Amino acid sequence: MTLAYKLLFFIMILSFSWPAQADNMRMAVTTSFHNSGLSDILLPEIQKGIGVEVQLIVVGTGQALKLGRAGDVDAILVHSKSAEEVFVSDGYGTHRREIMYNDFVIVGPTNDPARVAAATNVVEALKAIEETRSVFVSRGDDSGTHRKELSLWKLSGFEANKFSPAWYRAGGSGMGSTLNTASGMNAYVMSDRASWLKFKNKGELRLLFSGDPVLFNQYAYLPVSPKLHPHVKNDLAIKLENWLTGPHAQSLIAGYKISGETLFMPNAKPR
Amino acid sequence: MSDLWFGVLNAFRLILSFDADLYEIILRSLHVTVTAVIVASAIGLPLGAWLAVNRFRFRRLTIAFLNAMMGLPPVVVGLIVYILFSRSGPLGVFGLLFTPTAMIIAQVIIIMPLIASIAHQAIRDLWADYHDLLISLNTTKRQRMITLIWDARRSLLTASLAGFGRGIGEVGAIMIVGGNIDHVTRVLTSAIALETGKGDFALALGLGFVLIALAIAVNIIIHRLSKTERAGQW
Repeated sequence: MTLAYKLLFFIMILSFSWPAQADNMRMAVTTSFHNSGLSDILLPEIQKGIGVEVQLIVVGTGQALKLGRAGDVDAILVHSKSAEEVFVSDGYGTHRREIMYNDFVIVGPTNDPARVAAATNVVEALKAIEETRSVFVSRGDDSGTHRKELSLWKLSGFEANKFSPAWYRAGGSGMGSTLNTASGMNAYVMSDRASWLKFKNKGELRLLFSGDPVLFNQYAYLPVSPKLHPHVKNDLAIKLENWLTGPHAQSLIAGYKISGETLFMPNAKPR
Repeated sequence: MSDLWFGVLNAFRLILSFDADLYEIILRSLHVTVTAVIVASAIGLPLGAWLAVNRFRFRRLTIAFLNAMMGLPPVVVGLIVYILFSRSGPLGVFGLLFTPTAMIIAQVIIIMPLIASIAHQAIRDLWADYHDLLISLNTTKRQRMITLIWDARRSLLTASLAGFGRGIGEVGAIMIVGGNIDHVTRVLTSAIALETGKGDFALALGLGFVLIALAIAVNIIIHRLSKTERAGQW
């Protein structure tokens, strides 16, 4: 039975190689926060500053809110103001604290058949895409970015769910996969600026439109209510909130750049 | 096409760089799937033997059900395990969600039917040969099952390795149940999904080739340890 012993030994080594975790908390964050690379800057600083290991669950805003409601995470960092306010008023979160904002951009094929680059505001840009029936890839996953896109179509006077799938393609996946799809189809797509700058499979796509104030995208931090879920680590969540809104974190956020461009503007109000 | 080539180069670079993060992810992949295979084999192999030697009313239905479960979609298993272990679910008090343990549980559910079905097929064929002998020796059912499992061990090894193959390459369930947390629940497949999402195909492919190499290495080691495929022994 030497084989069995060898196998057993092998498994024992594997099982014991896992170190115990110290002070840690779980935070559900949106893909844009993580894909931008900002989390790689902030997490080690959080560990250094307040000694908390933050474990990130990277999902869309819809799923992040769901994880918070179920009490599976201690805090969430998302960007969909109306959904966040419902989250707090329903008692799932203790409060909502604004941390920073970035903006959305419209990306599309270099030859720009809808002439989006010439638009003066986002409504004009979207109308041009609809008019020319240029292929547009939507997130279609109930994320913060998707909700924002739907609200912009509404602002332009359209119901996105009535669009023909011949040109309006709802991908149903994260920002990265959606950009991959758009790159493959050489289509228009709305992305947050950070994900776009970090994205490595740009292909024929380029940034065509940005800067309209309605494209601003506010990120907020919401600790999950310890009243509803007594097991959540509210003390750590508050500690993290104080750190994120403090001067060191805010200056780290302001100083984070990719190819010379600032990605996030910190705007936490001191209490 | 150049992406593919960069992927191969990246795989070699990753392995030779002795990157601590990469080895941590590889070890975690092995930890999760090997543990799941052991547990699933401990349930699946006896279950296969039991189904082969016993005759009961719904036997055919049970076997058909087990065979159908071989095609269980991992995403569905992940979702069910998530709902069970969520803090607001029935098993939430254990706090197992987003831990390697939850990933192991999900993988056991995914690969157990595969191991049990292949084991049942192998043992049934052997049982046809051994039937008269084992009955005439007046063995108990328990003794028959042990004899059959031992004598079919080579085929059963294939059953377990098939389970390993399904587990190590699986991403749907562990992504939902594990959450793909860096340094906690990130494994090779979820890291590949993450890098694909970032559009970094070269790194994703590099990790993919590492995964394939790992699967081959594990199979070679198992065959060597169990001394199969050698002259005079098969």
